[in-house]
Amino acid sequence: MLKKTPLYEKHVDLKAKIIDFGGWAMPVQYTNVIEEHKGTRAAAGLFDICHMGEFEVRGPQAFDLLQYALTRNLAEQTVGQIKLAALLNENGGIMDDLTVYRMGENDYMLVTNATPREKDWEWMNKIAADKKFDCELKDISDETGKLDIQGPRSAEILQKLTPADLKNLRFYHFCRSQVAGFEAIISRSGYTGEDGFEVYAHGSVIGQIWDQLMTAGADVGMKPCGLGARDTLRLESGMMLNGQDMDESVMPQEVTYGWIVGPDKVFVGSAALREKQKHGIKKKLVGLEMTGRGIARHGYKIFHSGKEIGVVTSGTFSPTLNKAIGLAFMDVDFSAPDTAIEIAIRDTMAAAKVVQLPFYKRTK
Amino acid sequence: MAKPNPEDRYYSRDHEWLIYYSDGTAIIGITDYAQEMLTDIVFVDLPETGRKVVQHSTVAVVESVKSVSDVFSPVSGEVVEVNTRLEETPELINQDAFGEGWIVKMRLSNPDELNMLLTAADYEEMLREEKD
Repeated sequence: MLKKTPLYEKHVDLKAKIIDFGGWAMPVQYTNVIEEHKGTRAAAGLFDICHMGEFEVRGPQAFDLLQYALTRNLAEQTVGQIKLAALLNENGGIMDDLTVYRMGENDYMLVTNATPREKDWEWMNKIAADKKFDCELKDISDETGKLDIQGPRSAEILQKLTPADLKNLRFYHFCRSQVAGFEAIISRSGYTGEDGFEVYAHGSVIGQIWDQLMTAGADVGMKPCGLGARDTLRLESGMMLNGQDMDESVMPQEVTYGWIVGPDKVFVGSAALREKQKHGIKKKLVGLEMTGRGIARHGYKIFHSGKEIGVVTSGTFSPTLNKAIGLAFMDVDFSAPDTAIEIAIRDTMAAAKVVQLPFYKRTK
Repeated sequence: MAKPNPEDRYYSRDHEWLIYYSDGTAIIGITDYAQEMLTDIVFVDLPETGRKVVQHSTVAVVESVKSVSDVFSPVSGEVVEVNTRLEETPELINQDAFGEGWIVKMRLSNPDELNMLLTAADYEEMLREEKD
């Protein structure tokens, strides 16, 4: 039995194609991926993200727990600011990438990916118990709803429904306010490479917020978007998908997450990570672009002069760039931009090259 | 809603159609129902002419943004022509699956295999059953 978000019936009414995403019945597309993707880049898109996890961390040592459990140095984080961080296992492997919201002095909210949520919860609790940090963790995922409104027109649409001053809400900052009259957290952030917001509210009212946003966005061409467009949007922007482009076998430096590791910090997995770093990394996540025919897909093998050098972790047809792009985990010796590589697509070798990330960057 | 399935051709259970000509060749494509399921088709991997395929084996591959789908040959034979327009405009399959979006032309090696295929009415019946 698949889990359903509070918005499930709305997706069915909109005739969305529903898929199993990590045990959740989620809309993959309403009309088609390209239309939804382009609509988000041109105007705005509305996404049901209720499946993601949210934990509260509160108490005198809330900061100490997070500073020890996560890779990022959170010492500089101000109230109202968001930081992206990774939760590692003891071997330095990535269990999850999550966002940390500083709600108050000793009050945080963590936003986790949907699939690793339970695993994160157990691991965070174990870390807190082992180190006897004086703080309280609460899993509020089930009662918390989340919507993403993304795209250049999203501020204008959301502003119609909130008294919050969105003009002065900076990127990776949030505020507590109301949306459509309901208590909500509004955060200027997202997973599309566009300007946009993530809105958190109680699951019992998220449907009403969805409806009002749909109405408010209709005249500028905002569309509901499924996970298909979410995937192509994030990939064009060079962002990774947990469980696909990274997993517990890779360290932050091997993917694009070196920058979220605090350099002079002790945290879970830091000893293993620094030990491995001393010997230099052997593999690296890079961007690729097809120069020959075909579309690289997850799991396809990569070759150079007949030697296998890596594997495609994400691959799709880019609706914005009109070409096939992807992410690949490769031998570091071949990771320089413009390196010619070959990808085994069915029974042929197709030409591709390594390219700089991101593939797409919005013009401000 | 998918377009009606023309009665001038055969259908397979895997959502391909086939028009058989008196010279022993046939053109093959996917049905409108199939293209609706796939949505935005962005790439078609066509076979080389001269390639011999056996019935139910992969003769071409159709890719949407999200998915990769095999096109199974409803009959055995040799590929004599491919729709090269699909190389630049794969969306022809979305626009006109039963016409301009045809995929390959084959010379049949065993026309008796046609007896195993479905009529338009059989195919529609099958679609109704799939939906139930």
